[in-house]
Amino acid sequence: MNDSILIIGLGNEYRSDDGLGIYAAREIRRRKIPGVAVAELAGEGTSLMQAWSGRSRVILIDAISSGAQAGEIHRLDVATDPIPSHYFHYSSHAFGVAEAVGLARTLHRVPDVLLLFGIEGKQFDAGPGLTDPVLRSMPDLLALIELDLCRLGRHGAMPDTPGHSAVV
Amino acid sequence: MKNRVIKVDQLARVEGEGAIFVKISEGKVVDSKLRIYEPPRFFEAFLRGRNYGEAPDITARICGICPVAYQMSAVHAMEDAFGVTVDGQLRALRRLIYCGEWIESHVLHVYMLHAPDFLGYEDALLLARDKPDLVKTALRMKKIGNDIVRLVGGREIHPINVKVGGFYRVPRKKQLQELVDDLKWGRDRAVDTARVTSTFDFPDLEQDYDFVCLHHPDEYPFIGGRFISSRGLDIAISEYEFHFEERHLPHSNALHSVQKGVGAYHVGPLARFNLNFEQLTPLARETAKELGCMPPVRNPFRSIIVRSIETIYAFEEALRLIAQYEEPDEPAVRVYPHAGIGFGASEAPRGTLYHRYRLDDEGVIVDAKIVPPTAQNQPSIEADIRKFVAGHIDMDREELTLRVEQTVRNYDPCISCATHFVKIEWE
Repeated sequence: MNDSILIIGLGNEYRSDDGLGIYAAREIRRRKIPGVAVAELAGEGTSLMQAWSGRSRVILIDAISSGAQAGEIHRLDVATDPIPSHYFHYSSHAFGVAEAVGLARTLHRVPDVLLLFGIEGKQFDAGPGLTDPVLRSMPDLLALIELDLCRLGRHGAMPDTPGHSAVV
Repeated sequence: MKNRVIKVDQLARVEGEGAIFVKISEGKVVDSKLRIYEPPRFFEAFLRGRNYGEAPDITARICGICPVAYQMSAVHAMEDAFGVTVDGQLRALRRLIYCGEWIESHVLHVYMLHAPDFLGYEDALLLARDKPDLVKTALRMKKIGNDIVRLVGGREIHPINVKVGGFYRVPRKKQLQELVDDLKWGRDRAVDTARVTSTFDFPDLEQDYDFVCLHHPDEYPFIGGRFISSRGLDIAISEYEFHFEERHLPHSNALHSVQKGVGAYHVGPLARFNLNFEQLTPLARETAKELGCMPPVRNPFRSIIVRSIETIYAFEEALRLIAQYEEPDEPAVRVYPHAGIGFGASEAPRGTLYHRYRLDDEGVIVDAKIVPPTAQNQPSIEADIRKFVAGHIDMDREELTLRVEQTVRNYDPCISCATHFVKIEWE
């Protein structure tokens, strides 16, 4: 089992806000945080399961399309709670993140810690770059992820977190 | 039932999202549309003004499932423009990475997206609950494809090691040989897969398609060759646009491809299998014969067996390429950019992918054309829906909706290649 924390940015950087997980992952990689590995994936579920195989602590970052206001930050503890089915309504991958988590749960392949962070996207059309609401929320998203990284690094496991599935 | 409108707002288990619209009036199907919303040729526009060397990486990001196909069509088009031929072990490595992509994509589609339709499960999660070993086998098979793409392509999603002229670096012989045991295991499981899928209950639907695909006298087609069709077409890749055209239809933001003077045509596994059966390996051919799945296969639902047979081929071809592999002296052929037009085509898992680029003296892209397989299959998908619904007009609505979605899934449509959001509607 690999002890480092794996952060996986998901999405397509040429699909507007769908790329926010990729941009966030690159920023975290740039910060070179000790004990943290960073990967980028398109979002296909079985590849995602393979990527976290052998990892005990994983953080996913993806665009969310749940009907909330664009720019809202989401944090879910998906090791224990299911992902609402409407979360990835506009995902480009039908066997995507939610399905990967569901399948992993069925096959007992969920990491001990599996957090999903995301920002509610505004636009998912083809094209580079993020919309303003997402860009404005990005610093807060990164700060929240770093907070969890600190907790994970210090305690080695997720502490009790109030308000699972809460929109932060 | 006199008038009936069926709408399906989301097309599950299709890469991307789509909409199907079917209108039934007086007991007859009067209209069917697969509506796909294409970003208005974003990538073609995005490529203009970029250096030729950027095309493989940019186009690879059009689709998370078939990045290798986009890279291969792009590099071949650029090499065609510059008069460069990539052969020997470099070409063999290109075929090897293509094997990896076919394994990944076909196994994903057969087990996770298509098999649940035939086995009566809503999705792969429910399938996994009842048959966990089956799904675990599928995941392991798919991982072998990922391993090939990662080793040859540098990473498994959006490979970064592919370039015009060859690769940035080539794998060591020993690294490839480490894949052999897994590949042999995967080949045997692919035979099992074909046997299992051949026992499925297939809806009765036969179509007289005009099949179109690439053809090479000595190889089952991955890259290059000539376009052939079941009605006798035999043309160079550079002649594609003389014989095929894209039309804009009001109901779809995506372009529909048609063969001039013919109309709809069909690309993908059925086309390759029916027109290149002799180029399959003996084991793939024997398995097809054992299962009574011989060309011409015209029932699109049986594409799941053909995909399984192509998976046998991909495992076997990977084994053959690795057995014959010798590290090339150079990882790439030197390319000297100059003005010109280049044409490239390759066989993505879901069908032929055509690229054409015009370049200036510096190798900067002046314009680009990309025709993905799903755009080419769209008229055939709509025809299948019409015929299927017409033959099952009294079927329970819920069941009919599921069957129509399955009809679309027969094509493994990578709608994100051709579109963004696709939804399905019944009217």
